[in-house]
Amino acid sequence: MELLRFFTAGNVDDGKSTLIGRLLYDSNSISTDIIDTLTKQSKAKAEDVDIDLALLTDGLRAEREQGITIDVAYKYFVTDKRKYIIADTPGHAQYTRNMFTGASNTDLAIILIDARNGITDQTKRHSIISSILGIPHVLICVNKMDLKNYDQAVFESIKKDYLAFAQPLGLKKISFIPVSALTGENVVNKSSNFLWYNGETLFDFLENVEIPQEEANNETRFQVQYVIRPQTQELHDYRGYAGALLSGTIRKGDQVRVFPIDALTTIEKIEKFENEVQEAAAGEPIILHLSDDLDISRGSTFVLENQLPEVSNEIDATICWMDNKPFQKGQKLLLQQNSFRAKVAIKSIEGKIDIHTLESTEEVSEIHLNEFCKVNIKTAELVSYDPYTKNRKTGAFILINENTNNTVAAGVIG
Amino acid sequence: MDYLDQLEAEAIYILREVAGQFERPALLFSGGKDSICLIHLALKAFRPGKFPFPLVHIDTGHNFQEALDFRDVLAEKIGEKLIVRKVEDTIRERKLVDGKGKFPSRNGLQTYTLLDTIEEFEFDACIGGARRDEEKARAKERIFSVRDEFGQWDPKKQRPELWNIYNGKIDKGENVRVFPISNWTELDVWNYIKRENIELPTIYFTHERECILTPQGQLMNTNEFVEIEPEDNVVIRNVRYRTVGDMTCTAAVESTAYTVDDIIKELKETKISERGATRMDDTLSEAAMEDRKKGGYF
Ligand SMILES: Nc1nc2c(ncn2[C@@H]2O[C@H](COP(=O)(O)OP(=O)(O)O)[C@@H](O)[C@H]2O)c(=O)[nH]1
Ligand SMILES: [Mg+2]
Repeated sequence: MELLRFFTAGNVDDGKSTLIGRLLYDSNSISTDIIDTLTKQSKAKAEDVDIDLALLTDGLRAEREQGITIDVAYKYFVTDKRKYIIADTPGHAQYTRNMFTGASNTDLAIILIDARNGITDQTKRHSIISSILGIPHVLICVNKMDLKNYDQAVFESIKKDYLAFAQPLGLKKISFIPVSALTGENVVNKSSNFLWYNGETLFDFLENVEIPQEEANNETRFQVQYVIRPQTQELHDYRGYAGALLSGTIRKGDQVRVFPIDALTTIEKIEKFENEVQEAAAGEPIILHLSDDLDISRGSTFVLENQLPEVSNEIDATICWMDNKPFQKGQKLLLQQNSFRAKVAIKSIEGKIDIHTLESTEEVSEIHLNEFCKVNIKTAELVSYDPYTKNRKTGAFILINENTNNTVAAGVIG
Repeated sequence: MDYLDQLEAEAIYILREVAGQFERPALLFSGGKDSICLIHLALKAFRPGKFPFPLVHIDTGHNFQEALDFRDVLAEKIGEKLIVRKVEDTIRERKLVDGKGKFPSRNGLQTYTLLDTIEEFEFDACIGGARRDEEKARAKERIFSVRDEFGQWDPKKQRPELWNIYNGKIDKGENVRVFPISNWTELDVWNYIKRENIELPTIYFTHERECILTPQGQLMNTNEFVEIEPEDNVVIRNVRYRTVGDMTCTAAVESTAYTVDDIIKELKETKISERGATRMDDTLSEAAMEDRKKGGYF
């Protein structure tokens, strides 16, 4: 069975929560006791509503009180073919950072557009974020088609507008489905109101969409999370580097280069769950043993000698600022890339990205919450990395404020 | 990779991040299936080394004897350190009052014991087996969930958590709750137990038990904390437990499942959620779990 991670985005009230609720409800993924509770809550809110499916994901008190989504909610459902992890992300611009959080490690973006409104600022914002995050596939669900008489012309015109807007974004793949989340039409079940549409329902789309295996095909990257040294009598000299193979494949006998110390060595042994294996593939948790005794600690990166990454103490990146307090020059920051950390300073802010046009402004000196900027970062230690477009695992990082310990920004390199 | 391999890899990655980022972590072990899975995952993450954390059990005093025995045998078998702290002692020392009502729960009180234990050992990270599919407040919580000095969760101040990059930096006195199996559902846990051949306490499987059948239709175990009254409908049924929490407020479900396969089949057929079927304490209010978490609960 396969695993598909996706997120839903779109403007407030475009129907994201309703769509997810509908998807789960019509695929029989909601338990009866939860349906009962939802029905009661729905009735309490509005007498004439049978069941408000949006209540399923709006789990916080403040969210139910205000009727909006503030933070990401994770939902799960399963078919015979796939397990799905859904991140229902907030639509409000002020919660963009939470949307970025939910979107970061997914394979698919579902962006809703209200058929009555067409493309909005939020559609643009979420599409650009999907493009910055390198989401492999974007699905546009044109929702509330029931309020537009299921008119094909409305759907086609939104599709045309979107493709024109998205053209410069470099999204890898874009698909479109007309739906009504409220009635469920084209979500799981087909409807006679959509006779002009002969594509897949949302559910069939999810079941059949290709799940990209980017990491498997990328160059080999491994990072040490934790050094295992039992120091017992039988295992006196045991020294294993535990971590996940971030991308590519690694084999016993491979020549590897270790960063940041920049040393060459050989993979002597690969262990997986106390068994020796000859090779490991992307994503596998393993323990590596090297033929040389080197100064290796948490955060050290291993790469194949013939697939070297970029190594530098200066990186160009696009960051999204996530802290309520704006960035100001001179702030002390830590960069974290998987398990690697280094002290850094943002040297220059080369320009703010207009999240609706993707255009870049002149140099600025402050970065505010939810703003995207191109920056130049100077690091106290050498960092080994790949451009994010080449490798999502080694091209992504977060910035931590050393004083408050908060995660204040997320960035992609290149 | 198969989906179970991916969930397993994610959990191991998180456990190793805890080992790499914290000075004094702990694994909260309840004796239930989720924390038994955590131990299995920790074995995979750290063997042939020792766990970089002790197992900590907050004993409510309302535990099933089978679960306690199982806990001791397991800790012994894997040779890892087990710390037990009792809610009873907290009640005595802090002069607290036990829960009231027909089925007095200690779910609220165990928060005190947990916070005292964290302080006693200066734990900076506590690994727990909570899953996002259990409850809607949990569905909102991060994998690394930062708690303040009082163990409180502030859902409005959650750190952004991107990709698989976990920020565990905290100040002294704060601690992080870490949930490696956040993305697993109840069915995933059972599929994993089956695949990995993981042993469980017997109460997860069908057995004959004397219960009170409540007017709401829940089967509550009879035990020393529950006073049987004349109007109670005491029945003997073939039941099993879906969770093994506080035995006075955890309901049993009728079942004929003898094996893990039977349980998986039963779960695919039943249409009632784990908490809905078994927990009395979450039905009290819509935001019951959110409020308990804000107060320092797991
Ligand atoms: N008529 C109609 N109303 C819809 C549809 N989808 C959602 N809604 C309504 O739009 C409102 C906002 O939905 P919600 O799911 O909360 O939107 P979110 O903010 O994107 O999560 C609710 O009142 C829904 O009932 C649809 O397809 N047709
Ligand atoms: Mg919503």
